[in-house]
Amino acid sequence: MKAENSQELKPETLIAEKAEHYSLSTLFKHWEWMLVGLIIAVVLVNTNLSPYFLNANNLSRTSSDFMEIGLMMLPMVFIIVTGNIDLSVASNMGMSASFMGLLHNMGVNIWVAALAGLLLGTLGGVLNGYLVGRVKLPALVVTLGTYAFFRGLAYGFLGDQAARNYPPEFTYFGQGKVFGTLVPFSVALFAVLAILFGLVLHKTTFGRYLYAIGNNENAAIYSGVPVSKIKFRIYVLSGFISALAGLILAARFGSTRPDNGTGLELSVITAAVLGGLDINGGKGTMYGAALSLLLIGLLKFGMGLMNIQSQVQSMVVGLLLIISILLPHFVSQISSIRKDRIRWKSILAIVAVVLVFAAFFAFFFWSRAAVIASV
Amino acid sequence: MNIQNTAGEAHKKATTKKTGFWMNLLRVREAGISLIILILVVLVSLRAPAFLTADNFMDILMNISILVIVSLAQTMVLITHGIDLSVSSIIGLVAMMVAFILKQYPGTPIFSAVLLGMALGTVLGSFNGLVITFGNVPPIIATLGSQSIFRGLVFYYSQGTWINSFELPANFKLLSKGTPLGLPNLVIFAVVIAVLVYFFLKYTRTGRDIYAVGSNPDAAQFAGIRTHRVKLLVYMLSGLLSGFAAVLWASRFESAQTNTALGFELQTVTASVIGGVSTSGGAGTVPGVLLGALLLGIIQNSLTLVRISAFWQMAAQGLLILIAVISDKYILERVEKIKK
Repeated sequence: MKAENSQELKPETLIAEKAEHYSLSTLFKHWEWMLVGLIIAVVLVNTNLSPYFLNANNLSRTSSDFMEIGLMMLPMVFIIVTGNIDLSVASNMGMSASFMGLLHNMGVNIWVAALAGLLLGTLGGVLNGYLVGRVKLPALVVTLGTYAFFRGLAYGFLGDQAARNYPPEFTYFGQGKVFGTLVPFSVALFAVLAILFGLVLHKTTFGRYLYAIGNNENAAIYSGVPVSKIKFRIYVLSGFISALAGLILAARFGSTRPDNGTGLELSVITAAVLGGLDINGGKGTMYGAALSLLLIGLLKFGMGLMNIQSQVQSMVVGLLLIISILLPHFVSQISSIRKDRIRWKSILAIVAVVLVFAAFFAFFFWSRAAVIASV
Repeated sequence: MNIQNTAGEAHKKATTKKTGFWMNLLRVREAGISLIILILVVLVSLRAPAFLTADNFMDILMNISILVIVSLAQTMVLITHGIDLSVSSIIGLVAMMVAFILKQYPGTPIFSAVLLGMALGTVLGSFNGLVITFGNVPPIIATLGSQSIFRGLVFYYSQGTWINSFELPANFKLLSKGTPLGLPNLVIFAVVIAVLVYFFLKYTRTGRDIYAVGSNPDAAQFAGIRTHRVKLLVYMLSGLLSGFAAVLWASRFESAQTNTALGFELQTVTASVIGGVSTSGGAGTVPGVLLGALLLGIIQNSLTLVRISAFWQMAAQGLLILIAVISDKYILERVEKIKK
């Protein structure tokens, strides 16, 4: 009887709790659907603009361009769900690949070299995990330090040299296709790992612990969640996967340079956040992140077909990132305005802001036109 | 009455003792960085006598001046528990726009070029500020996004071209290198801005509000501080100082390129954090940041002087920030223990 009572009570209390955040929670639930809608829109627009967009060969080739980002995104989702961050992933990937390249240049067997690269990357993850999990330093500061440290080691290993001439057995991991199909090996690897990571996040105790840490770390500690151990593990995992991504990048390019993958950490975080993950932790899903990776990939591919510079492409992604977070907030903001009195002061402020930015862009385009004319 | 009085006095004594401890440790902490700098100076000058010359010292000061200016801006943002990752792109965009104007109109007075740079920077900074405060976007996400937006604008603006030394007027190049007051202008600018920021943070109400917002936003709100305005202000100041730094950058390096100042944002965060600024807000001093930037400058300079290849310098820098934050953590823990 008692059990029945509590069961009857529970839904009501849940509804009462949720009522407050009704608009926000529904938005987050529909976030993945919004991504699906955006993906469809991007595909439709691009197929209209370019006949090469829906070409299977093109899609197959371009998809492998995003697999390093995708791979690094998987552990990043874990880390962001706990409310932490790892800025060192791209540097770690450069470090591991450079170390492998150094050994390869010295004549070491490629598989031994690759294994050593994986080991070094994992060690990098151990360093991050130790400092964040055990020493309890802020993740942002730690990974900012290792961001420079790992990249510096990459330059230290290879200098201004590049490692080249990897054997074809190795480059298969970056360039090969699975069993004569059009699916690149790296895409297949990503798909398998994404499903694995998704299952861990959504179907295991470990995954629940990640959300618990992200929602309220202190509460998680007092509920007996081994917080520092879990943090340590996800950073080690991140180090290992980053190294793996580094090897795949090296295999895809057929060479390694110490600046490989510079700046990719921003793409990784962008993909994760656009996928509906809250940077403060506790919210988001793996399939949301995977969908946003697909969206960014298709968007960049389409822009590439239209000969848009890659820097302008990342500008569009940056805008998308900010707008995707601004929009839900503004929707709730605007719906609350109706109830309040409209104040002249705020209208004046908005007008002033609009005028200032208009002036900025007027100047921007005016001076740019002069520049273009002179060129 | 008596008992109460003595208790009150004891309490008073205890609190003064505590603040005494705090002050001492803070002093020790800045002394800690100074000590590291001193040891480094001695070690390097033993290996490379060229290090301890006035010329070399001036070189170091020149090299860190721009870093100091932007790090101070970054510090104000960090104190409010924010972060501005877009400073590098603001520098890149403003430097490009100002350089193009100077190329087009070589007669532009230098003073108005500087003002233009500051104005452009402030507009860009206010974009960050508005998105963060009224758009409720976390600072790291907002400035990560605006970093790529502003950098994309640089490419769109210049169409991939750049401005070379011969396209800039001579008096503009002298803006950073001229020595009418005995020292290079660049160093004087850095010193003036450091003094201004020091007094702003320490002796003005708004300056104190910045610390209040960072250490406890809710309490600051209840105390009647308009947290939104304070936050907007620090991002605008960050833009303003970055805009100024952009003009100096174009003048010092006599060029504006599409990748100007790429990656510079992390150096500013590094200098601030080494200087004792907390990334969780509420703490940080101007002298600390100056020492942090000086330490970075000396390390860069000495690694070159003792002929460590440029390739290892970045690794050394990364290691340094790790060591700095770890030792910082232990110092703070010791303070907590002493307090108990």
